[in-house]
Amino acid sequence: MKTDFLALPDDILLSIDKPERYIGHEVNAVIKDPDKVDVRFVMCFPDVYEIGMSHLGIQILYDMFNAFEDTWCERVYSPWVDLDRIMREKHIPLFGLESQQPVKDCDFLGITIQYEMCYTNILQILDLAQIPLLAKERTWDVPIVIGGGPCTYNPEPIADFFDLFYIGEGETQYRNLLDLYKECRAREATREEFLHLAGRIPGIYAPSLYETTYKEDGTIASFDPLYEDLPRKIRKEAVTDLSDTYYPMKPVVPYIKCTQDRVVLEIMRGCMRGCRFCQAGELYRPVRERSPEVLKKYAMEMLKNTGHEEISLSSLSSSDYTHLPELLDFLLAECSKRHINISLPSLRIDAFSLDVMSKVQDVRKTSLTFAPEAGSQRLRDVINKGLSEEVILAGAKEAFEGGWTRVKLYFMLGHPGETVEDIYGIGDLANKIAALFFETVPKDKRVNGKVQIVVSTSFFVPKPFTAFQWAPQCTKDEFIEKAYTCRQGITQQLNQKSIKYNWHEADVSVLEGVLARGDRRLGDVIRRAYEKGCFYDAWSEYYHHDKWMEAFAECGVDPDFYTIRTRGDDEIFPWDFLSCGVNKDFLLKEWHRAQRGEVTPNCSEKCSGCGAASFGVGICFTARS
Amino acid sequence: MFVRIKFSKTGAIRYIGHLDVMRYFQKCIRRAELDVAYTGGFSPHQIMTFASPLGVGLESYGEYMDVKFVTDIPCEEIQSRLNAVSVPEIRILDVTRLPENAGNAMASVAAAEYRIEFREGRVPLCLTSDGLFSTSAAGKALAGFLGKEEILYEKETKKGSRTLNLKDGIFAFDVTEEEGGALHLLCDASSAGNIKPSQVMEALVSFYGEELMEHALLVTRLELYTRDGQGKLIPMNRVGQDEETV
Repeated sequence: MKTDFLALPDDILLSIDKPERYIGHEVNAVIKDPDKVDVRFVMCFPDVYEIGMSHLGIQILYDMFNAFEDTWCERVYSPWVDLDRIMREKHIPLFGLESQQPVKDCDFLGITIQYEMCYTNILQILDLAQIPLLAKERTWDVPIVIGGGPCTYNPEPIADFFDLFYIGEGETQYRNLLDLYKECRAREATREEFLHLAGRIPGIYAPSLYETTYKEDGTIASFDPLYEDLPRKIRKEAVTDLSDTYYPMKPVVPYIKCTQDRVVLEIMRGCMRGCRFCQAGELYRPVRERSPEVLKKYAMEMLKNTGHEEISLSSLSSSDYTHLPELLDFLLAECSKRHINISLPSLRIDAFSLDVMSKVQDVRKTSLTFAPEAGSQRLRDVINKGLSEEVILAGAKEAFEGGWTRVKLYFMLGHPGETVEDIYGIGDLANKIAALFFETVPKDKRVNGKVQIVVSTSFFVPKPFTAFQWAPQCTKDEFIEKAYTCRQGITQQLNQKSIKYNWHEADVSVLEGVLARGDRRLGDVIRRAYEKGCFYDAWSEYYHHDKWMEAFAECGVDPDFYTIRTRGDDEIFPWDFLSCGVNKDFLLKEWHRAQRGEVTPNCSEKCSGCGAASFGVGICFTARS
Repeated sequence: MFVRIKFSKTGAIRYIGHLDVMRYFQKCIRRAELDVAYTGGFSPHQIMTFASPLGVGLESYGEYMDVKFVTDIPCEEIQSRLNAVSVPEIRILDVTRLPENAGNAMASVAAAEYRIEFREGRVPLCLTSDGLFSTSAAGKALAGFLGKEEILYEKETKKGSRTLNLKDGIFAFDVTEEEGGALHLLCDASSAGNIKPSQVMEALVSFYGEELMEHALLVTRLELYTRDGQGKLIPMNRVGQDEETV
């Protein structure tokens, strides 16, 4: 096919911001002959190119699909607001970056759903692609729209817009789904029949084939499949051997600088910590590691194939990777020869990590990050965050001795049972760290003579499949009050001049909470908000809280029902028909333990019987120390 | 060793901005595993200088960058190894070893050569006859334009506008014999007197009482020139070769 063809004419490309977002042609982008493949798959991240291109999951699936000889997988991202306007005006259909051909002519549109605030962008994608927004209005003339990613663990608010959802890790069942699709198309089966058969594949959920009834109080009475041969419970898919699966040796290299402008090496999946607020910590259980031999090979090959000048280790808690010293020794040796930086997010601050960081960061010592998440030990026990003040102070002391002068502290406000004292604890802790600096570092050795502590708070939003899924969320006013209390607590401190405080906006957190634990009745609200012009809600400059509230009112849906209500122990949740491997009984036990302030040991200390052992792999089966 | 690398930038890649082209080549050199030299200091970067930046949307067959390598590598090998890891729209056309005394790519640019075409339906009237581009009409228009004492152009700057005289910076401006109609321009591209083809074209049409239509021009850069010891314009990659032949 002619590679010079671009979907957008010069006039448009010359008049929009960053035309590079829309032209494809990147290094390692896969071009196939459309006449020689059976399945055209378009993979979408519903946000702007620079964000979407930074996402590892899409790169993994892109690599997997294109490894299938009968399939061509392309990418598409949300057109930015400037191009969006032009595409609507001129009726230009959304196109895949590789072929520059309309998405609507492909077989599948796969959308990864990473955060709730992108729901309206999903509608933008469908709308620009000229695909009916509602799944029930679609025919074989348009692609099968399938969703994946963390938000599909409660897909109900967006169930109306999807033909299928893939629950869990994408590496395992897509081949079966594509084979079924080919078979159905060959024998001219109806779209409904295909969806029905797809719904019998493990991990695949066909939302149109399930029905919800509600009680008078608005909670769910029942949730049932329309056909007996469909599963009542859909269990997530998980990769059993992470060292023997798809991984992109030749990731696409963007021209423009993206959020993640580096090789990303996923060292393990899952997290053993069990923080009660954290959804990822439950969804990706059990902890599974990649072998260091495989990772060394991947690292070198990916660096060669991309030419990136940085490599980043990716996982939920890299310090827990058992082969970390071995892997880092290797990378330090290889990367220093090649002028390649190593970036190490999610490392616990201790002597080992500081030593490693001082080796990779050369002389420039950037800031160190701690995430205590709560200001007092009492509340850290409630949320099961196994990070004590002693550990934080010991880490900070080591860091100050090592020459670091900037410390970032992350907290959440609004945990269940949080008191004013807990919030004041944030200021106290920041002050202690600042005081420690002045104690530890003699006057003549202080770079610029001072220390900078940056405290950031976000507002806690309870998520499905966590111990806090029963918990009430704070109201907007409560959130703002808490942020005010936190600021007040900081300004009272002796070292307040060394402490800077940032907090997030409350409106977005309220909406995020509604969508996170919402049900199917929210579909109308999301569509109404979109029709009122809401999209790019994740970008504060484009977030219109008033339009969202109008949409709720017009649809007769009360947002408070989903947020500030305490849910009873026996309530049926919209996501109960899914299983991430962690049982609801276990989460309920954790919710009760949280209320009593009891900590639960992490997976390496003791198995608490969450249920993830049913996958038969990972930390559940390795010897404990 | 310093080499001067000549490359083309065509097709879809014309929309990649100058800074991103630099980042592209940094990654390209690493993919080719070439032994590039780095600066010292806290944040080492590849020793690499680009000649005159190319505007977004323009194609070029005459882009240059100078790169320093630690070890001696045959020029042909650099060319083939870079081409092997480059996208089809960016081709390494030539690699020349630079003599010790050559100025850097950025500073020594003297002139640039362009082909100027017009998007469909946007040919300025002064270059047409019966609604189509006409070689003879265009020839007459250029002759009249170049015959002026001075060619004034209002340049919009941050501090308001400034009047430039383009006359001395236009070294050659004529009509090509290409099908469909095109102009050929050789103009000053030095840091002191850089002229853009769009400025020359705006001055031309305004001399005939017209305005350019939006995005009317399709400009292709053909070559960048530097000056030899005698002050004669030579392509950037011919630098130092006269001395060798003498």
